[in-house]
Amino acid sequence: MEYLSQIVLIAIGAALINNFVLHYFVGICPFIGVSRRVDMAFGMGAAVTFVISIAAMLSWVLTYYVLQPGAPLAKWIAGLFLPAEIAAQVDLSVLTYIVYIFVIASSVQFVEMYLRKFLPALYKSFGVFLPLITTNCAILFACLYVMKMVVGVEPAEQWGLVPSLTLAFFAGIGFTLAIVIMAGIREELDHCDVPAPLRGPGITLIVSGILALAFLAFTGMDRKLEKMFKGDAPAVTAAQDAQVPTSASPVWKPPAQTDSPDTDTQRQ
Amino acid sequence: MADGTNNLTPRKAMLVQLWDENPIFRQVLGICSSLAVTNRLFNTLLMCAGLAWATSMSSLTASLLRNWIPQRVRIMVSVLIIAVYVIVVDIALRVFFAEIHKDIAAYVGLIVTNCIVLGRIEAFASKNKPLASLADGLGAALGYSFMLLAVATVREVLGFGTFCGLPISLGSVTLKDWMAAHNAQWVIMVMPPGAFFVLASMVWIARAIAMRGQSAPEAKGGAA
Repeated sequence: MEYLSQIVLIAIGAALINNFVLHYFVGICPFIGVSRRVDMAFGMGAAVTFVISIAAMLSWVLTYYVLQPGAPLAKWIAGLFLPAEIAAQVDLSVLTYIVYIFVIASSVQFVEMYLRKFLPALYKSFGVFLPLITTNCAILFACLYVMKMVVGVEPAEQWGLVPSLTLAFFAGIGFTLAIVIMAGIREELDHCDVPAPLRGPGITLIVSGILALAFLAFTGMDRKLEKMFKGDAPAVTAAQDAQVPTSASPVWKPPAQTDSPDTDTQRQ
Repeated sequence: MADGTNNLTPRKAMLVQLWDENPIFRQVLGICSSLAVTNRLFNTLLMCAGLAWATSMSSLTASLLRNWIPQRVRIMVSVLIIAVYVIVVDIALRVFFAEIHKDIAAYVGLIVTNCIVLGRIEAFASKNKPLASLADGLGAALGYSFMLLAVATVREVLGFGTFCGLPISLGSVTLKDWMAAHNAQWVIMVMPPGAFFVLASMVWIARAIAMRGQSAPEAKGGAA
């Protein structure tokens, strides 16, 4: 039950509360570039959801077995060449960016090949979006998020494959939700008289701001749900919140009342 | 578009990127990884420095290697080049700014997929001489930086009442204390929607200035 409620909280958190586009600001390029029409936006969202799940799954496997400090596979390979005590310290986490970007690029390539062979209709409808996804930061961000929950975390709190996959899939759903809403609004915006310098990206950014405001309403929902699941048991997501790799916290807290500029800059 | 043309002098290449083809308000590129770090000026400064290093050095490298990289795998090679420089940025941040690194680490990693870096390599560095490419990359990064620093300044001053972490003096009291006393922090500026609103205003202002130089009908046609 506890495990299940954690999964549900991760899912809702990724899709609504900490929406990737409107809270973490990742994937804004396609969000602004491909949100002219609803059907295109939906295609992009579906493609992203597909690739983000595959990429996060692969990167969890690679991080857990190869990249994290003391990973079993890396240790075994290093043990073939090096003495055992040095091999135990092998830490490949510096390579994460290169590994992840290759994982993403190759999963996009794979998906493209598979679709072209077996589902040509779907492939046609995705069209140009599939290769574009390689440079979608939302996907790399999901991989890095998964890494953060695997590397340097207490074994008890380390994420397994299922939470990682849930996060990625529902982050994709959240992205689809945001981009489809955005496209719907922009179709209506075509009839409006927008000042010339604000046309295109300007007004899109303002609309995104209003959307982000609307999504702020979900803040705190996770705490309520958690209470519902557990009664008064201590929080699981309190730890999760503390590790969220962002500078923009969901609930704004007043600045610390210190005069030291150092602590002020570092406090986020 | 100055992108495709060869033989730009380094100085010209940089200036074009700074204003005429500014990545933020002209092309609306690469804002993904950066809106999140603009609620503190100092974080933004670090992020921009990292981006400037990654863009200019990977442009230089890609330009030096442009005759040896096979056409078919060039995107892969470019991404690899960028990733190497981003890892350098990441390690440098971890060593010198360990506290801030914790907050912005994920966004520093996203420089790898930042459209500006790959875009400059594809559009310019793969066809031009090394020095011009270096200047072009640096110009794009600076054009990006000055827009983001402007956004960060607005957000930090209105949201926290500080400038780059330093108190702002209003005669007898600091702005921060005054805000706390009058409950006047502009909360929305610190939260995600504030970033969208401020950036939109910056794009608006910059485009309006840029349009004043052009003739009116052209401005109307070119804006949509």
